[in-house]
Amino acid sequence: MQQALSRHVHDGDSVVMEGFTHLIPFAAGHELIRQRRQQLTLIRLTPDLIFDQMIAAGCARKLIFSWAGNPGVGSLHGFRRAVEQGIPAPLELEEYSHFGLALRLQAGAAGVPFLPTRNFAGTDLPRVNPSIRRVTCPHTGEELWSVPALTPDVAILHAQRADEEGNTQVWGLVGVLKEAAFASRRLIVVVEEVVSEEVIRRDPNRTLIPGFRVDAVVHEPFGAHPSFVQGYYDRDNAFYDRWDEISCEADGLRRYLDKWVYDLPNRHAYIEKMRPDVERLRARSAICEPVNYGY
Amino acid sequence: MLPEYSTHEMMITTAARMLRDNEVVFVGIGLPNLAVNLARRTHCPNLVLIYESGAVGARPDRLPRSIGDPALVTGALGVCSMPEVFQYYLQRGLIDVGFLGGAQIDRFGNLNTTVIGEYARPRTRLPGAGGASEIAALARRVLIVMTHQRRSFVERVDFVTSPGFLTGGEARAKLQVPGGGPEAVITDLGVLRFAADTHEMELASLHPGVTLKQARENTGWPLRIAAEFSQTEPPSAEELRVLREVQSGTPIPS
Repeated sequence: MQQALSRHVHDGDSVVMEGFTHLIPFAAGHELIRQRRQQLTLIRLTPDLIFDQMIAAGCARKLIFSWAGNPGVGSLHGFRRAVEQGIPAPLELEEYSHFGLALRLQAGAAGVPFLPTRNFAGTDLPRVNPSIRRVTCPHTGEELWSVPALTPDVAILHAQRADEEGNTQVWGLVGVLKEAAFASRRLIVVVEEVVSEEVIRRDPNRTLIPGFRVDAVVHEPFGAHPSFVQGYYDRDNAFYDRWDEISCEADGLRRYLDKWVYDLPNRHAYIEKMRPDVERLRARSAICEPVNYGY
Repeated sequence: MLPEYSTHEMMITTAARMLRDNEVVFVGIGLPNLAVNLARRTHCPNLVLIYESGAVGARPDRLPRSIGDPALVTGALGVCSMPEVFQYYLQRGLIDVGFLGGAQIDRFGNLNTTVIGEYARPRTRLPGAGGASEIAALARRVLIVMTHQRRSFVERVDFVTSPGFLTGGEARAKLQVPGGGPEAVITDLGVLRFAADTHEMELASLHPGVTLKQARENTGWPLRIAAEFSQTEPPSAEELRVLREVQSGTPIPS
């Protein structure tokens, strides 16, 4: 992890770290905080706790996002302190709706300069974000709205498994993982398990990202905690609840970062420190029938 | 004897009754989530639950804590990507009902979940649009669930995150916003609906024990009374029994 991130993520880069509730790359975020990466443009539909922590740690200059809350709990206090009070530093915002930002990544992945949508008519979003623009359909004359392609410098994505070449398989919620992977210039994949190429080849429909797109594969079990990995561990909802209290004052959030990020050398130490939670969250089994790929 | 119930139970039951069997519903977290799960176990056994996270035909065996809960995937009919949810389902016009809420709403049902105060220097920074602006624009009908307070029922929202009927009348139609717009606002005091011509929000019913004075005091504009005005039907004993089972996290039989 240390190597992959120091090699592929540089100060000032635009970094997309996707995973919608599912597969949020927390281990990678913590390592970027430890490496004191700065001036990043952070990109996620839902900044979630990971960007709340990275913003509070001073990693971010700008945030491109569509919903900045703690799902089912309330505010992201680190994010709010940056926006409302400029603590620890002012944060430039570029905001969309989920649809709008998902489309930006899709356009980036597809190699076209923009994509159209029937959303945004009547909202104030285009007023505060000049990247959301009107477009006239050249075929029907219809007036639509559009968003430009987003091509981040680097994507960091968590997944269930990959082989050593980076052929990556995902199941459960896929959010905009595929779009983020294809839109970005460089790609780091963090996985629960590294498997043989044979395992990948036996189930090709489950492959979301081909290895030739991937610059680095990092094996980091439990690396998405406190988010979840379908089939591996549940979301740590108790931690998402506790985050409200941990983060509501800047000092509390700082103490959390000291204890759980700065003072630990790596993810392995984090797992050792929360061993009981690892057991509590382990997924129960729900196995599907095998399918026949024969001909 | 009437069963005892809470205000939340009143709101959830009222929202659940507005759903029809076989509808495709775009579900959010909180009260709407309870409402759809209540409806699914009472009068709408064939309701199709779609979450913006990509779970289609979800059948969660525990109350989802977020719209991306893993329980939405286990046993779902399908899982698709978010660009697919927004384009193939919502934009394509396949979503019958969307649920919304917000920090502020105005008399034409426009919702604000972005900022209180000026955008560049907000007094309070709210989470933002999420999937709400597209649900408001593209779902066939929209049900809004909110607490009825003067500070949230305002003459003008500080920011239009999710379009209702905009400035009223034909404003929404003129902009060719595809979805049908808000149908009802369910609050802790009553139900509000929108006048057919002006599209202004009007009080359609009050919950038992709530006075007109209360509703007026908690609304930031002179509140009109709908031509068809009544008292909201309170939750039945059966609805309360099912709802409490759903809330207690009892596994939901299919």
